[in-house]
Amino acid sequence: MLLDANTSMDLKIVSLISVGKHPTSGRARRAEQDGRAVELGLSVAEAGRGKQNLTVLHAGDSQQSALRSYAGMGLESVRVIQLRESADAVSPLTEYLRKHAPDIILTGVRAESGESSGMVPYLLAEKLGWPVVPRIANIVSIKEGVAEVLQALPRGQRRALTVRLPFIASVDNAAAEPRQSAFGPASRALIEQQQASSDADAVRSEWSELPARKRPKRLKVVKAKTAADRFKAATAKPQGSGGKVLKDEPVTEQAQAIFDLLLEEGVLR
Amino acid sequence: MTFEWLHPFLIATALLLAAVGAVRRVNLWRAGQPESVDFVAGLMAMPGRYLHDLHDIVERDKYMSKTHAATGGGFVLSLLLVILVHLFGVQSQILAWALLASLALMFIGAVFVFKRRLNPPSRLSKGPWMRLPKSLLAFSSAFFILTLPMAGVLPEVAGGLLLTIVLSIFIAMGLSEMLLGMTWGGPMKHAFAGALHLAFHRRPERFGGGRSTGLKPVALDQRVLGVQKPEDFKWNQLLGFDACVQCGKCEAVCPAFAAGQPLNPKKLIQDMVVGMAGGSDARYAGSPYPGKEVGQANGGPLLTITEGLIDPDTLWSCTTCRACVEECPMMIEHVDAIVDMRRFLTMETGSTPNKGAQVLDNLIATDNPNGNAPASRTNWAADQNLPLLRDLKETDVVFWVSDGAFDMRSQRILRAFVSLLKAANVDFAVLGDEELDSGDVARRLGDDATFQSLAKRNIAALSQYKFKRIVTTDPHAYHCLRNEYADFADGLFDNIEVLHHTTYLNELVQAGKLKLSRFKGGKVTYHDPCYLGRYNGEYEAPRELLRSLGIEIAEMERSGFRSRCCGGGGGAPITDIPGERRIADMRMEDVQTTGAELIAVGCQQCTAMLEGVVEPRPQVKDIAEILAGVLLEDEAENNVESQLEEAF
Repeated sequence: MLLDANTSMDLKIVSLISVGKHPTSGRARRAEQDGRAVELGLSVAEAGRGKQNLTVLHAGDSQQSALRSYAGMGLESVRVIQLRESADAVSPLTEYLRKHAPDIILTGVRAESGESSGMVPYLLAEKLGWPVVPRIANIVSIKEGVAEVLQALPRGQRRALTVRLPFIASVDNAAAEPRQSAFGPASRALIEQQQASSDADAVRSEWSELPARKRPKRLKVVKAKTAADRFKAATAKPQGSGGKVLKDEPVTEQAQAIFDLLLEEGVLR
Repeated sequence: MTFEWLHPFLIATALLLAAVGAVRRVNLWRAGQPESVDFVAGLMAMPGRYLHDLHDIVERDKYMSKTHAATGGGFVLSLLLVILVHLFGVQSQILAWALLASLALMFIGAVFVFKRRLNPPSRLSKGPWMRLPKSLLAFSSAFFILTLPMAGVLPEVAGGLLLTIVLSIFIAMGLSEMLLGMTWGGPMKHAFAGALHLAFHRRPERFGGGRSTGLKPVALDQRVLGVQKPEDFKWNQLLGFDACVQCGKCEAVCPAFAAGQPLNPKKLIQDMVVGMAGGSDARYAGSPYPGKEVGQANGGPLLTITEGLIDPDTLWSCTTCRACVEECPMMIEHVDAIVDMRRFLTMETGSTPNKGAQVLDNLIATDNPNGNAPASRTNWAADQNLPLLRDLKETDVVFWVSDGAFDMRSQRILRAFVSLLKAANVDFAVLGDEELDSGDVARRLGDDATFQSLAKRNIAALSQYKFKRIVTTDPHAYHCLRNEYADFADGLFDNIEVLHHTTYLNELVQAGKLKLSRFKGGKVTYHDPCYLGRYNGEYEAPRELLRSLGIEIAEMERSGFRSRCCGGGGGAPITDIPGERRIADMRMEDVQTTGAELIAVGCQQCTAMLEGVVEPRPQVKDIAEILAGVLLEDEAENNVESQLEEAF
């Protein structure tokens, strides 16, 4: 990582963490993407002045033992904005972030339980007025207040972007795996609790939770005749076929095209 | 003789300096962590431990045991008499003759030591150890000549000044090796540290033919978990490291060393000594860790071991097969030390290599190493109609299924065992989804926190029910249940017998509860799983079972307590440290030299490792599978079947 000495000295990073849920056992755990957000935060902080530049922040229950598995990555503390279960996390988080004014906020793409909407980075960005970079794989360098980040695209492709600090980024599964959580530091880390009040999440209270079902997948007919074709089908960037790019057409025409497609696909009947 | 004062002076000086050295050495050990030891009982038991336990191990090499008895015995006796005769000047022809006899004995022993050092095997350390036979010869011969006049054999003042000078040089050389070297770190250190190590051993249960193989639990509220610096070892572990004679018996049997992985148990213990005393390993004169140069390692009592003294890969190469411990004449506990250091790496630095972190995460989140859904634990037995303890509450035998439940190959072993249990009309039940991983892998990978959590929850599950025995097909679970759970079980295991399935099946067969036909097939050999054999001393039951089928076992050269590991223990397949060869391949070569067509095994891990060797190779079958294959079905059932066949 290339870090400009001057910027990195004062670079403040916040990694937001949530409580994950193991896919087969359903137990609370370190969420995979949030773990990556902490890992990326740690590696940026370690390349700079040190771990003290990274704050790992959770809004929720400070007693949740899964928070310790983030601490086991070598954190001295995890900061928790104590909230009731039904509370909406966005406004207390906004308040905190506005007050502490970090340079980079890292989150997962979406949570492993609860709403899992992936809206938190966008809602925070809207309230703070910051740019969002979705699904990043790495932060390549930070120079003179501008960060060069790599955005993860399907099939291992990357897009290099530059973004001015401060910004919010959600961390994709393509980012470096979170380091091992060790029991010793996990059990010794400080959970810094701070109280906050928040309105109940009205939308969520109306929902009922069900175990997720796998989404039906469109059958993929591989027409390839040769090994080279199959290899290409498996690796190459899918070339849009049959689609239309409607950029300068009137809005009604664009909407009609979408409507027709939905009819054609059987989404609308 | 001239300079009559010289020799007593030399002896007194050597004794004094040795005493100073002893105090310094003791202080090195005292830097370790406290561990309560019964000092008086230990010291009282020490001679017996030396003469029986230690000597029994040395006796496996007759040449060396006789040599050592002559040299060591002769030396101890000689030293006592030398002090009496030459230091205190006790005038007694009887004592002088006795001294001559013991020196002669020592001399003869030293000649054999010398002979072996002419062309030493690679496992022996060279360097100062090559000097030792010469020093032994110098000591015994010089004092022999010096004692002759006192025995009245030679007249006083024969030889004169030249002889006195030569004798004095020999005596000085002998004394400095034998007395100074004992406490200042020469080869003879093994006598001083070794004697005390036997007295204050951390596992006194091992003496007198006992067995103590369960790892010691970590207190999870400590400042540092596991061993970071040499000082974090218990003081008697440090003492144990100092007892090493560098005979290299451990190196000769270590599967990781033979596979070219960067581990040599002897070097590891010597590195621990370097760490304890401070300095570098440049003076080490034995085989290196394969692929690593000697002289690069530096350590000190307060320095982190894995930063400069030992490469973590060395620690992760160990399969915890205990071959080194079993072979060590000084009864040093290599595996304890390795796991202690792994504990630091896993629980403090979070640096378990390769799949380690993933396996530990899975164990935490799903109670099994591969992250299978906990509720799918009994899926393998969907067609087995197994009674659940949850329903019965009480049974005779609990069948501990182990994680083999998730593995299709192991499931064949489980099914075979169930068919045998049913055929013998055993009153048994399984825990079903209440059973969790035994914690074996977590513990060997150094994650004692996860092990303890699993152990405690397993114990809680077991303690809800009434039963007499636990039987398992997995020697690793067997070891945990039998030897390691007691630390957390609050007496639960006092009235419960834990058995390996081969032991239990042998009981059933000997009691005539299973009707078996004779085995028809080719030559069979038996592979002793480490965790059944060396860890639990069960060598006989599997063999008796095979013999009861009419099998004449074609034994491998390395069988019984010398069995070579399959490479699957201690989390080694998970950490997967590269070497030049695979341990399982070497074991398969052992098998192939017997010409066997079938390897009988008593462990699903061994089965997996040995079946991982490329074909053509002998077949691998668990003993339960072999037995199930020759099981005679009930006659009544047979009749029904034949009637059915006729009907169609």
